[in-house]
Amino acid sequence: MFDNPELVKMIFGRLNLDALPLHEPILVGTFAMVATGGLALFAIVTYFRLWTYLWREWFTSVDHKRIGIMYMILGIVMLLRGFADALMMRLQQAIAFGGSEGYLPAHHYDQVFTAHGVIMIFFVAMPLVTGLMNYVMPLQIGARDVSFPFLNNFSFWMTVGGAVLVMMSLFIGEFARTGWLAYPPLSNIGYSPDVGVDYYIWGLQVAGVGTTLSGINLICTIVKLRAPGMTMMRMPVFTWTALCTNVLIVASFPVLTAVLVLLSLDRYVGTNFFTNDFGGNPMMYVNLIWIWGHPEVYILVLPAFGIFSEVTATFSGKRLFGYTSMVYATVVITILSYLVWLHHFFTMGSGASVNSFFGITTMIISIPTGAKMFNWLFTMYRGRIRFELPMMWTVAFMLTFVIGGMTGVLLAVPPADFVLHNSLFLVAHFHNVIIGGVLFGLFAGINYWFPKAFGFRLDPFWGKLSFWFWVSGFYFAFMPLYVLGLMGVTRRLRVFDDPSLQIWFVIAAFGALLIFLGIISMLVQFAVSILRREQLKDVTGDPWNARTLEWATSSPPPAYNFAFTPVVYDNDAWWDMKRRGYRRPLAGFRPIHMPSNTGTGIVLAGLATAMGFGLIWYIWWLAAVSFIALLAVAIGHTFNYHRDFDIPADRVGQVEDARTRLLAAGAQS
Amino acid sequence: MTSDTHALPDHDAHGGAAHGSLQSYLIGFGLSVVLTAIPFWLVMTGAIADKTATGILVLLFAAVQIVVHMVYFLHMNTRSENGWTMMALIFTVVMVVIALTGSLWVMHHLNINMMPMHDMSQMP
Amino acid sequence: MTVANVSTQGSEPVFHLIDEHAHPEGASTMLGFWIYLMSDCLIFAMLFATFGVLGGNYAAGPSPKDLFDLKLVAVNTTMLLLSSITYGFAMLTMEKSRVGATQAWLAITGLFGLAFIGIELSEFAHMIHEGATPQRSAFLSSFFTLVGTHGTHVTFGLVWMVTLMVQVARYGLIEANRRRLMCLSMFWHFLDVVWIGVFTFVYLLGMLR
Repeated sequence: MFDNPELVKMIFGRLNLDALPLHEPILVGTFAMVATGGLALFAIVTYFRLWTYLWREWFTSVDHKRIGIMYMILGIVMLLRGFADALMMRLQQAIAFGGSEGYLPAHHYDQVFTAHGVIMIFFVAMPLVTGLMNYVMPLQIGARDVSFPFLNNFSFWMTVGGAVLVMMSLFIGEFARTGWLAYPPLSNIGYSPDVGVDYYIWGLQVAGVGTTLSGINLICTIVKLRAPGMTMMRMPVFTWTALCTNVLIVASFPVLTAVLVLLSLDRYVGTNFFTNDFGGNPMMYVNLIWIWGHPEVYILVLPAFGIFSEVTATFSGKRLFGYTSMVYATVVITILSYLVWLHHFFTMGSGASVNSFFGITTMIISIPTGAKMFNWLFTMYRGRIRFELPMMWTVAFMLTFVIGGMTGVLLAVPPADFVLHNSLFLVAHFHNVIIGGVLFGLFAGINYWFPKAFGFRLDPFWGKLSFWFWVSGFYFAFMPLYVLGLMGVTRRLRVFDDPSLQIWFVIAAFGALLIFLGIISMLVQFAVSILRREQLKDVTGDPWNARTLEWATSSPPPAYNFAFTPVVYDNDAWWDMKRRGYRRPLAGFRPIHMPSNTGTGIVLAGLATAMGFGLIWYIWWLAAVSFIALLAVAIGHTFNYHRDFDIPADRVGQVEDARTRLLAAGAQS
Repeated sequence: MTSDTHALPDHDAHGGAAHGSLQSYLIGFGLSVVLTAIPFWLVMTGAIADKTATGILVLLFAAVQIVVHMVYFLHMNTRSENGWTMMALIFTVVMVVIALTGSLWVMHHLNINMMPMHDMSQMP
Repeated sequence: MTVANVSTQGSEPVFHLIDEHAHPEGASTMLGFWIYLMSDCLIFAMLFATFGVLGGNYAAGPSPKDLFDLKLVAVNTTMLLLSSITYGFAMLTMEKSRVGATQAWLAITGLFGLAFIGIELSEFAHMIHEGATPQRSAFLSSFFTLVGTHGTHVTFGLVWMVTLMVQVARYGLIEANRRRLMCLSMFWHFLDVVWIGVFTFVYLLGMLR
């Protein structure tokens, strides 16, 4: 069979044994580690006979809380991969001086910085943000689940599918060597004939479908499933930011889908959209992808703003200052984020009129953002502030994000941008806002809502250790990059000639090491918290004396969230209930209508991933078969009309009685 | 977007979507036939010599026809789903206008500034 | 809606609905589908923008005047318009719960859709035969992509229509099927609206260039 090259090519496309990176010791070592870890995990799950449990209760679950937790796990696992890339880059840049080539060959280094960007944005920040919205938002609005629970499960697995494709590129073939936005003509077939860019395209396309659908789902949930009495202006700020973020997702991810389709047509069919000849224009790609790209950063940061609003109000023991202005600021940012995309390519040469317009709109965004900052400060002003972990992250955010915001305003001035464009100053700026804004927000959110999800708090000692490592590590890692950027050092360089620069890169590498310790401490924090869960236990369901509805139910909440749908009178609904002597209903439960679990989502996403793999390696039969199977399974699923069931009243009663006993025991001790 | 007079989501089975009647479908169809036929006729016969004027007229007809389809076939109104469908539509139209005109504007200026020598339609 | 009396004192505020706050199945479907259509609209907007920017770059190849046959486009537009009104009739008969008539109108709509696809494919085949392939110039790349994406949507609409006809035949015009037919109705009319953009921007304005 293997004697016939035509047949082999038909079966395996361009996949062959050379695609396995056996000649790269770093990758072989990584593979050995990942394989050992994977096998160990597999063995443990098999030994404890957990496969059935995982499949029934998690993988096929349509419960928004379980899906939310799975998103968080995906994000944290991918954070480890993305951060490993970051460490490798910092190490390379710290030693590649004075004729040294460092330890990463160009071929590998270029993949590392591309993968770092793609993974951190699409498979760390996005899953963590979506996961928190998925978990918290339905609870905050008093809903039982999202509008389309099956779709939610499907969206999650599509995100996983994308992540799997990107991870696969590590060991089968290679990843793109183009930078995280894969600008043509470099990403076109002439300059990138290998599979790297194809991994990039299909990884993002598969995940993108999931993201768009989850956006639609969450918008519908907020619009249609709010508890009675919760008008738009009584929604918690996190729900508001979730709404705006999902609006942005639905309005911008289709743009990414379209532009990646055009790029793939250029690569696969030979069209001339972004080529240098036959009338194609590579700058059109840059233009289109930033129409998606700019809203994307607001997609990430708006939910973080929502988290800070909840945390600040709770830990200051005060109602949020300026709720209405907060909401308007969020909406204004949502719309403005669509009017600034050109500031990513001022140097393209569109001229003074275009550049001034986009420079001014960019600067205007700092106004609503500044308003938010003052709202948080005034919420804290004369509040009884408790410096628990979520609040510590919030304060660190305020200090750090203001620096990032100000360097952003500097970059928004077109003449300044001509100097700083593509320099390490820019790299420092966006890490400053994404780490200082998004990531600190997510950590605040994780520490804040973890007791809601699991019924026990995260360990404060290891949490504080992680906090100090992260925050100091951030400053050590990125302040030097500002300096280097101002000196004119451009980004994505592998080796340096000027030995006077080395000290700054060494400091930055030290910062990355501190962040590494921060991540380790966070993992230890999770482990220690699980071991100490009895001491850290919270039976009240409201460990922080918080203000919004998610704290009204037990921790972890029952599958149906609320035994009775709550009625809302105030934008701090739970605070209002506590203040006015709310008493938990103890009897008279009714059956609750809930959606049933289904395995269709994971099957569909698996087929989509297989199709992506086939397209990447030109294994056309695999792509065709998976596509047809995808259609068939999707259509077959629509023939199932029985997608929900009732939780009987006595079952609800049992769950609620158990909580009553817990509460009573907690009150006595 | 900031105020919602209906505290309780409405619960009718169709989620508040509107329906058409035979009459409204026929009116819509008649209008769209006319609104399609005229621009085709204008371009095919060259009834108006000035190409710019024809172009603007054709665009106007398209805009009107899109509204006709929205109203008579897609049953758009401000009431269905408590106005959320209309809100979504307006938001989308704004985004489409920004992205379309923005791209054309940006790329037009780029071509003027960066390729003053070449006429792209003649370049191989 | 009945409200639970959570306390002995009637004057205290009520914090719970005792009756299951009924969210009928599919209450969000129409809104959700509409939002999906809006996202699809943005995909088309990007393809229009690409055509707008690159549509004049013929690269010394054929231009719209050499390629387009407005008569054929007019016939094609007629097919789509007719399919729109026949889908409308299907919806009207559905509301009267007449299964046979609904199926018949759906079938007629499907045939018009099929005719549209057929004409479009023959137009494409003709152009490619003349050497005006998608690879020839940026104008042709963006033309084939924009019109082809619309055609692909219509094709998926046809697959969906057949699926729904089978489901109506098997299960009747039950609530779930009605909702699905309404979603497809929105999808179908939405494609009509996109086509207005296509024949105006691509064909009519193309001929005026």
